Amino acid sequence: MPGTEKVVEIAGLKVPVWSGGSGPTLLVLHGDTGQNGWIPLYERLSKRFTVVAPTHPGYAGADIPEWARHPRDIAALQQWLVRDLKLNRPAVLGLGFGGWIAAEMATLAPQAFGKMVLVGAMGVKPDKGDILDQFLVHGVDYVRAGFHDVAKFSALFGAQPDLDQLEAWEIGREMTTRIAWKPYMFSHALPPLLRGCDVPTLLVWGDDDKIVPRSAGELYARLLRTARLEVVADCGHLVELEQPDKLAALVEAFL
Amino acid sequence: MFLMYFTEQPMSAYPEDEGRKFGATALMFSNKHFDPIAGSRLYNERLAEYMLAEEVGFDAIMLNEHHTAPYCMQPRMPVWSSILAATTQRVKIAQLGNPLPTSDNPIQIAEEIAMIDMISKGRLISGIVRGAGTEQLANNVNPAYNRERFEEAHDLLIKIFTEPGPFRWEGNHYQFRVVNPWAVPMQKPHPRIWVPGVVSMETVIWAAQHRYPYIALNTTIEATKKIWEVYDKAALEVGYEAGTEQRGYLIRCHVSDTEEKALANGRQFMWMQGEFTGLGHPVWGGPSGYSSPAGRRQRLMAPKRAANPYEKQLDEMTIIAGTPKQVIQKLKVIMEETRPGIFALWGNDGNVNHEDSKTCIRLMGQEVLPALRDIAKGLGLKDPFELDTPVSLKETPKSQLRVPA
Repeated sequence: MPGTEKVVEIAGLKVPVWSGGSGPTLLVLHGDTGQNGWIPLYERLSKRFTVVAPTHPGYAGADIPEWARHPRDIAALQQWLVRDLKLNRPAVLGLGFGGWIAAEMATLAPQAFGKMVLVGAMGVKPDKGDILDQFLVHGVDYVRAGFHDVAKFSALFGAQPDLDQLEAWEIGREMTTRIAWKPYMFSHALPPLLRGCDVPTLLVWGDDDKIVPRSAGELYARLLRTARLEVVADCGHLVELEQPDKLAALVEAFL
Repeated sequence: MFLMYFTEQPMSAYPEDEGRKFGATALMFSNKHFDPIAGSRLYNERLAEYMLAEEVGFDAIMLNEHHTAPYCMQPRMPVWSSILAATTQRVKIAQLGNPLPTSDNPIQIAEEIAMIDMISKGRLISGIVRGAGTEQLANNVNPAYNRERFEEAHDLLIKIFTEPGPFRWEGNHYQFRVVNPWAVPMQKPHPRIWVPGVVSMETVIWAAQHRYPYIALNTTIEATKKIWEVYDKAALEVGYEAGTEQRGYLIRCHVSDTEEKALANGRQFMWMQGEFTGLGHPVWGGPSGYSSPAGRRQRLMAPKRAANPYEKQLDEMTIIAGTPKQVIQKLKVIMEETRPGIFALWGNDGNVNHEDSKTCIRLMGQEVLPALRDIAKGLGLKDPFELDTPVSLKETPKSQLRVPA
């Protein structure tokens, strides 16, 4: 059954929230390319969980928090939303940039989550390599780089995505600029704080993640005392779009 | 009529095939292609040309600043401003302009302005700009806050110029415990602030609201007229009628003793626009968050920027090249149509050599400038110095302002 979208208000900002399914609550935090609607991953997960997927404030369709300067500000807003929606110790699935936000939330309030899944998460400085800088490339090329198999990108968005899609990505880039320009896609404070976090965590990385080097995942695995890392074959950064079934199976098994 | 000489100071001595191979000559085009021996020669040729520009009668030398770009050898405008402050005697030094948002320390900009103004004995025009898109990346300054930083840095600068320190500044983007620079401008209340720009109507309106002259950078006659329409309306709304003294215009204009040579050298303006080696990159030139959301869809639809062909630019007079007599005729049309009181002639670009550059400047001084001054007189094109216009709206006596209808 498809999920439904409703608008909630936090901090005076209108924020669309997708939800659907039944069972224990799973909070899903989307990545920096924005919310892609009720995607097949959500549909499959909704068979076992009540999926709640808010759009981050500032991303396409949600009001911009003009004052926000750091992903941690988004984390605080999402924490507010979790409380307002009365989600009781949900599990959280953080996708890419949303993984960073989930990690920030977990350091702020480790007791807030039952379990945590971080997929290709930004937020820590990789030991090897840098996180691909979207601000040096076209928005469409950045999304394309999120796939191992470009044919899957084209199947989802078309070889030449339409103007509405380009605009949605661009709005996301603008918001990401506001909060993650420098240092690019990592926080100096997050690694030491993660050591205090005891949320059981599954880390998932595409084996061909060209956006966040796997060494970032390995670093997360060392910093979080209760984490393990799973690598998905034939998959880029956007695991949720490229290998939704494999990701869903990992999430279901872990939760 | 206030007449300025300008050149972008191209670093033309890099291997063009490398630029073509890379596909862009901006930001990421490696500085391994920068030849400092040629750079030294080019800097010193520019100095000689600036000295000549003063000698032949220009009112000002206009300077600008760009980073990581072969088309401009001037990443630190205060350096050239300082050199000219010490080496010239009469000519004004027009910084157009200081890219305020790209600095984390506007106090340093105020210190530089003050020093240059004193060393030049009050000859500085300290213009300000937001800085082009690529400048945000080159300086790693968040483009999403560019306009906010521009306005806040401006407010701080004006406070520094007009109120004694020490004071504290706790702003949105800038915070300083102590603002108290021990160097203050010689010109009172402060050096004139002019605002150059190309496309952003928000900036046009902002300049008008502050009564700062706006310098339209080589826009078409039609676009320039539109700018003045917007400027004039915004000026009326804050209580004054804008005149020619608020209107500046920069035109690419190469003069030579023969038409043939002028047209050949004029084509070098296309070097700057990337006809030969490719220039910009739409992502670097317009980073996300830099421009207003209103134009977002248009920007996403726009194809990769390509300059209009040379012939078309000659036709629409965004490039003028010819003998003095020929260029005077065309400049007259621009003056009649757009009525600027401040006129900047962008004389030389690309690979135009030192000798031809000097010839251009000399012919401008001998023939073009006197003719332009005559035309301006006939058309009543006055500049802010002739009219002793207040430097800003803030410095305009209330009695001179009209109560908006």
